[in-house]
Amino acid sequence: MEAEAAKFIGAGIATLGMAGAALGVSNIFSNFLSGALRNPSAAPSQTGNLIFGMAMTEALGIFSFLVALILLFVA
Amino acid sequence: MAGTDPIHQFVIEDMIPIHLGGDGTAGSGLNFSFTNSSLFMVLTVAAITTFVLLASSKRSLVPSRLQLSGELLYEFVANMLRSSAGKEGMKFFPFVFSLFTFVLFANLFGLVPYFFTVTSHIIVTVALAVLVMTVVIGYGFFRHGPKFLKLFVPAGVPGYVLPIVVPIEIISFLSRPVSLSVRLFGNILAGHITLKVFAGFVVSLGALGWLGWLGAILPLIMTVAITALEFLVAAVQAYVFAVLTSMYLNDAVHPSH
Amino acid sequence: MVTQAYAQEAVTPAEEHVTVDGTTGAVDATHADPTADTHATTEAHDGGHSDVFPPFDPATFPSQLLWLAISFAALYLLMSKLALPRVGSILEERKARIDADIAAADASRQKTDAAIAAYEAALAAAKAKAQGIAAETGDAIKTELATKRKAVEADLASKVTSAEARIAATKAAAMSHVDEIAAETAQTVVTQLVGDVSADSVRAAVAKASKE
Repeated sequence: MEAEAAKFIGAGIATLGMAGAALGVSNIFSNFLSGALRNPSAAPSQTGNLIFGMAMTEALGIFSFLVALILLFVA
Repeated sequence: MAGTDPIHQFVIEDMIPIHLGGDGTAGSGLNFSFTNSSLFMVLTVAAITTFVLLASSKRSLVPSRLQLSGELLYEFVANMLRSSAGKEGMKFFPFVFSLFTFVLFANLFGLVPYFFTVTSHIIVTVALAVLVMTVVIGYGFFRHGPKFLKLFVPAGVPGYVLPIVVPIEIISFLSRPVSLSVRLFGNILAGHITLKVFAGFVVSLGALGWLGWLGAILPLIMTVAITALEFLVAAVQAYVFAVLTSMYLNDAVHPSH
Repeated sequence: MVTQAYAQEAVTPAEEHVTVDGTTGAVDATHADPTADTHATTEAHDGGHSDVFPPFDPATFPSQLLWLAISFAALYLLMSKLALPRVGSILEERKARIDADIAAADASRQKTDAAIAAYEAALAAAKAKAQGIAAETGDAIKTELATKRKAVEADLASKVTSAEARIAATKAAAMSHVDEIAAETAQTVVTQLVGDVSADSVRAAVAKASKE
């Protein structure tokens, strides 16, 4: 196999990591929603934590995107 | 072709060439040229300064809309820092405010068509993250001396677990600048590439005749939706960057947690 | 998609050259730099790194770091020395003003409360005084009435006693006359029946009869 082709395959596999981030982010939002519906008065004070957790989780998906980019353009 | 190329928007072009060192041959030495990236950094700073100064120029007791937005920005960052780092952390307020507004305005500027996005280059976000960590470590040692290292030894952990916990804490501390910079860079880069790819679909489908025009409606709607999402991402990433900075500064102010 | 575009860019480097050169040339002309040298540099730079993903191109790092440092330092200085103190002073001024206003409002409310309390106290005092006056007046009137009544009663009582005395005297006088009337009547009656009778014997007979 050519090295170039292996790079592309590797980049494609790397993007699969984003699935985990998708699960994580959806988990955060679904739990936030169910919690917010149980206790709506406490929800607005927790949006900061929501956004923060979302960003932390999303960063991991971004990492796999970065790995794909590095495989495509740098390695 | 450059019009639909999603990478082209990140190309840095020299505007006022400044080259230092090197042997005079092409590509050698260090390139300190004033580039389109530099232009938008300067524009970002100019925009922030103009906004804040204009907002505070009237000094009226009952604020106008502009003044109120400036005050809201001030209060927002102040509350964020105060809730994360406490009252002692407020001495870093100008620093956190500058970081937040710089990232926010740079992200928002990047969403204007034909504008360069400063934060889409990893060296910029790495530099900002390294600056944050330098301030955290520098202030931590300046304020607490060797006691700052207690940051890596969580209180209330039994001694026999420490050989495992301390390396984990050190690694998590060292990974902070990486995650801080890559998060911002990756979000902005990915968003802009996605936006450009979908916009490129519109162009390439439009070249196919009337059927293409019809088909181009879908990516056009997508582009509009992603643009709205990118505005959210721009603000959220600036917020996250500032919140994490506040939390790291809290470690420098109160190392024993 | 990324890859395809990247490939496109790699295939058409000539177009890239034109754009970059055009921009650089225009800027150069205005700044009167040695044009030939710049063109050469730009071309070489572009040609040398066109296959590098721009955000990962180390050739641009020094420039970005330098200008980031300059602009961020400028922003920090502007914010910390000029802009933020201004906004902060506005907010503090407003807070101080609001606090002062609230304190003033509190003070006036306390004043009002004090005034209301004073008024109520005065009212109560006045009421008490009025009641006192009314009671005093009532008492005075009562005593006056009582004395007057006593005087009138005493007067009346004396008049009654004198009247009674007079009545008794009159009665006694009347009683003394009764004997004489009876004697005269009896003398007349006896004279008519018997003839002349001395007044003294009649008188003795009447006295004897009235004694029985």
